[in-house]
Amino acid sequence: MKEDKKLSVTAIQNGTVIDHIPAQNLFNVISILGLDQITENLVTFGTNFKSDRLGRKAIIKVSDKYFKDIDINKIALVAPNAKLNIIKDYEVVEKRQVIVPTEINGIARCMNPKCITNNENIVTRFSVLDRNGSISLKCNYCEKITDQQHLQIIR
Amino acid sequence: MKNKSLVSIADYTKEEYLEILRVAAEFEKNPVQKILEGRVVATLFFEPSTRTRLSFESAVNRLGGRVIGFTDSSSSSVSKGETLKDTILTVSNYSDLIVMRHPLEGSARYASEVATVPVINAGDGANQHPTQCLLDLFSIQKTQGTLENLKISMVGDLKYGRTVHSLLMAMSYFNPTFNFIAPDELKMPEEYKLFLDKKGIVYHEFTELAENIKDSDIIYMTRVQRERFADPLEYEKVKNVYILKNKMLEGTKDNMKILHPLPRVNEISTDVDSNSKAYYFPQALNGVYTRQAIMAKILGLK
Ligand SMILES: [Zn+2]
Repeated sequence: MKEDKKLSVTAIQNGTVIDHIPAQNLFNVISILGLDQITENLVTFGTNFKSDRLGRKAIIKVSDKYFKDIDINKIALVAPNAKLNIIKDYEVVEKRQVIVPTEINGIARCMNPKCITNNENIVTRFSVLDRNGSISLKCNYCEKITDQQHLQIIR
Repeated sequence: MKNKSLVSIADYTKEEYLEILRVAAEFEKNPVQKILEGRVVATLFFEPSTRTRLSFESAVNRLGGRVIGFTDSSSSSVSKGETLKDTILTVSNYSDLIVMRHPLEGSARYASEVATVPVINAGDGANQHPTQCLLDLFSIQKTQGTLENLKISMVGDLKYGRTVHSLLMAMSYFNPTFNFIAPDELKMPEEYKLFLDKKGIVYHEFTELAENIKDSDIIYMTRVQRERFADPLEYEKVKNVYILKNKMLEGTKDNMKILHPLPRVNEISTDVDSNSKAYYFPQALNGVYTRQAIMAKILGLK
C-alpha cells in the first residue's frame, strides 16, 4: 500500500478496495453491494477523507472478495467516479473503474407515486440515461424519468 | 405483430403503424367480418372509461368474438385485495386477448410481462393510450390522403395531455410541422421539444388560438382541465382563450379537419359541429375500425 490515506483503514491481504465514493453515499454503496448482508468476508470502511474532487469521500475494503463487473457497475448510480483496486498479497494487481450500466434492475425506486412499481410488489427496471455526466433513470413501466436529485435506493 | 402486446406507441414500428392503418381501411369498407368467431376478448377496466370500452366491445362484436370482463374494479375480486398479477394470470386462462384500462402508470407494461396472452393498453393513468393514437393517425391519413408533410396545430393542455404526446411521437416519422398553442402553464414539455429538435422537425409555440390556425391541415383540440391548475385564478384567466368557435374557421384551409379525443367540455363551441371541418365524431367511429385492425393483427387473423 503506497498511498498514505489507505493506511487509515486496515490494509488487506487479498480482496477489493473501493475508493472515491462520495461520503454521503457510503451506506448506499454498502447496501447496493449487499455488504450489510454478507457474513464471511471482513468488511472495513472509512469515511470523511478529504478529496479534491468529492469534498469528502469514503473507502470500503472487502477481504477475499472480487466483484463481477455487472455487480460493481450498479454502484455507478451513487458513486459514478468510484475506482476499484484489486489486491493480491497486499499489492494492487489491477485497477478498475465503474462503468455506468445501460440498464438497472431493482436497486432504485421510481419517483412517480402513481407508478405500478410503487403499488405492487415488482422489481423495478430502468434504462439509464447519462446526460452530461448526470445520471437519470427512465422507468421501464411508467416511462417517467427519475433524476439524480430524486434518486432513492431501495434498502 | 402476431402475439405482440401493444402497450406504448413506441412498441410498434412505422411499418407496423402503416400496416394497421391499411387493415383498418379494409374494415371501414367491410366492417362485419366474423374472423373472431370462438375467440374471447377480456376487457378489464380497473377504472371506468365508457367510451373506450364501448369502442373495443363494438369492435369485438363486429368481428364475431365474445367479450368477458368488468367495468369497474370495485365490483371485482380486485376490491378484495387481489394483486394485478393474480388477476392477469387468472384472466389469461379465460381469454385470447386482454384489453386493459388501469389508473396506475406502467400497469399495462407489467400486465404484458405477466400475461400468457397479448395485452392491449387501453390507458394506464397519464402514461399511454396507444389505440387512441392509432385511430388519430387513421383519421389524419383518411382525411388528408397522406400522413406526410402535414401542418398540425395542437391546442389546449399540451403539458399533461398524453394523446398529444403520443401523436407527436408517432407523427415524427412523417415530416410534420407543429404549432403548439397552449397557456404558459400547460406548454409542451421540454423533453418533447428536444425530441423534435433532434429529429429536425419544425415547431412553433403560441399562446393565442385564432390567429395561428389558418395554415393548419389538422387542428387537434384537447381539454383544459381545471384540476391541472394550482391556482384557480390562472384557470379562470385561460379557460375561455382556447375555445374554438365557428367564426375562427373562416380563412382556414379547405382540407383542414378538427380532431378531438372526446369527451369535450366547452373547448369546441357547438356551432362548429355542423361545419364540414368538424371531424371528432367520425374520428370516434374510426376508433372501432382501428381497434378491429389492431386485434385482428395481434391475433394473427389478418
Ligand atoms: Zn415508474
